[in-house]
Amino acid sequence: MNIIVCLKQVPDTDSQIKVAPDGNSIVTDDVKWVMNPYDEFGVEEALQIKEKMGGEVTVIGLGPKRVTESIRTALAMGADKGILINDPALENSDALATGRALAAAIKGLDYDLIFTGQRGVDDDMGLVGATLAEFLDIPQLSIIVKAEISEDGKSVKVNRAVEGQTLVIESSLPAVITTQKGLNEPRYASLPGIMKAKKKPLEEKTLADLGLDPSQVGEGARKLKIMELTPPPQRETGKIIEGETPEEKAAELVRLLHEEAKLI
Amino acid sequence: MDFSLSMEQEILRNSVRQFAENEIQPVARELDEKEEFSYETMKKMGELGLFGMFVSEGYGGQAMDYVSYIIATEEIARVDGSHAATVAAGNSLGIGPLYYFGNEEQKKKYLPKLCTGETLWGFGLTEPNAGSDAGNTQTNAVLEGDECIINGSKIFITNGSTDITKGVTALCRTGTRDDGRPELSCILIETGTPGFEAREMHGKLMWRASNTSELYFDDCRVPMENLLGPRGNGFYQMMQTLDGGRLSIGAMGLGGAQGCFDKALKYSNERVQFGKPISNFQVNAFKLADMSLEIECARLLLYKACWLRDNDKPYTKEAAMAKLHCSEVMYRCANHAVQLHGGYGLMKEYDVERFYRDQKLLDIGEGTSEVQRIVIARLIGGL
Ligand SMILES: Cc1cc2nc3c(=O)[nH]c(=O)nc-3n(C[C@H](O)[C@H](O)[C@H](O)COP(=O)(O)OP(=O)(O)OC[C@H]3O[C@@H](n4cnc5c(N)ncnc54)[C@H](O)[C@@H]3O)c2cc1C
Repeated sequence: MNIIVCLKQVPDTDSQIKVAPDGNSIVTDDVKWVMNPYDEFGVEEALQIKEKMGGEVTVIGLGPKRVTESIRTALAMGADKGILINDPALENSDALATGRALAAAIKGLDYDLIFTGQRGVDDDMGLVGATLAEFLDIPQLSIIVKAEISEDGKSVKVNRAVEGQTLVIESSLPAVITTQKGLNEPRYASLPGIMKAKKKPLEEKTLADLGLDPSQVGEGARKLKIMELTPPPQRETGKIIEGETPEEKAAELVRLLHEEAKLI
Repeated sequence: MDFSLSMEQEILRNSVRQFAENEIQPVARELDEKEEFSYETMKKMGELGLFGMFVSEGYGGQAMDYVSYIIATEEIARVDGSHAATVAAGNSLGIGPLYYFGNEEQKKKYLPKLCTGETLWGFGLTEPNAGSDAGNTQTNAVLEGDECIINGSKIFITNGSTDITKGVTALCRTGTRDDGRPELSCILIETGTPGFEAREMHGKLMWRASNTSELYFDDCRVPMENLLGPRGNGFYQMMQTLDGGRLSIGAMGLGGAQGCFDKALKYSNERVQFGKPISNFQVNAFKLADMSLEIECARLLLYKACWLRDNDKPYTKEAAMAKLHCSEVMYRCANHAVQLHGGYGLMKEYDVERFYRDQKLLDIGEGTSEVQRIVIARLIGGL
């Protein structure tokens, strides 16, 4: 079972996010970059399948040189090989161009299964899994909390949580699975793993290596344009409901929700 | 001059930080309160690879440099002093002497399981009447035939009496040198050897989830091959070990200070008095500024000392400086952190209380602050 995990680097949720002067991007100077948490689920799931069925796990990242650190982290967790798609022309690509570039890198590889996060926790688009599956012309199983490969390795049965119920879907392989929280508990990169990762192969590819034209990606090729980024509104200080008894407090709460907040 | 860490060191820091926050943080307060050493977190730390970090692969280690070991210790200390103590003592004091001074047979016998964290090893230097004056060791070993017969006791020995402690290295008097001074040698004593008893000590102010023990030797006989390195080299071996150990105590000071700062910054930005977050009052903001400044300086000093060691340059002075300075920086940071938390800072519910207590050991263990100043003064030609 050869598995590919697509990996995005996103700002750590602890980082302070500031809107840049251009109004439609963020200041990246002080940002700490980490592996998208949903992609960690993908790495973990791929490793568990490999441990059970054998095969190889390849991690593909797209972005500037710094993404290498996240790829090496995945290698330290136990993945076998890494590929970084790094080309200045890719900067500001939208999900369509990202899917196109990933598909171009994956096409030549021998694969049975692909994992992507259901979304990146930075811009929350949730589109790359779909664009990638489309470019590769294979099924996409999205927002998955459980995946079981059939014994012959030819199909997969997955679960998706829907409104308190579970939807069970079966698909032929190869397919793209986008991961949801609950799929697994990602392992830590162990210290011996970190040392082993140093010696694992990590290839860097440009657009030319992938046979793509710069006009197909980047800012110029965007179908989606970001018009404006605004920080979330300042949270207003809370209000403490006064009252002698719980009944009094409840009545006051209802009055405020009705008269001031106009919610009920 | 290059101040950047390697990619492996960055990944290591992230990984250990995540581990500490997810696996140790949630249990640290309770373990401290119950004064309990946790075999569960010990097992997890072993699986992550926190033991044997600087040991070569052949003996089951991770073959990392000293900076990496120090970063890992720092990240554990950022969350909990007791666990950092288990790691620092486990590596520097337990594994260190065996790895650096043991013969092939001893290394093969003990290191692989110590490196997975399945077993621990104690370092027995301090005695009731030989603390700062460690050369005044009274524990006696008579080397007779093919045996060493040991009598005496040790005190305050970290990792000395856990269920997984495989043994201890003890500094013993093995005779008198030609110059009339005692001949000191290190001897390996396995747990369970008749005549050897390790007793857990209770009632500590700090490091309450770390194992501290008294060791008693009563006509304890071990084979002659349990001598560590050449006879008479014990004091030198112990001092060498402490040079490295001081770096790990430095890492505990630095990590602890960072933990205090992170908690203080968060709390000061959230706590509102007089209509604004208390961090908006200059007197408090300046405390935070001082903490971050001191942590930065401490980190530079400690990493430089590690760099000297990694590059086989003399580092005794810098190790003493880093141990002393990092401990004192944590002292000031813990003090500020509690102050910024006000009354809540004195309650167990807010971890700065534990950091405030745990800090105190750093001024005392592995050579008191006074002893560090003596070491530095001697090395700069002062004493
Ligand atoms: C929790 C814990 C864990 C420990 N773990 C270990 C371990 O694993 N292995 C081990 O061998 N030891 C261990 N120790 C022991 C520790 O290293 C000693 O406590 C320390 O070296 C100080 O010795 P002492 O307690 O006898 O104090 P003393 O040496 O009696 O010192 C008392 C005071 O006198 C001062 N003083 C002493 N001599 C001088 C001098 N010449 N000039 C100026 N001031 C001086 C000291 O600085 C100190 O302030 C541990 C201690 C603790 C509390």
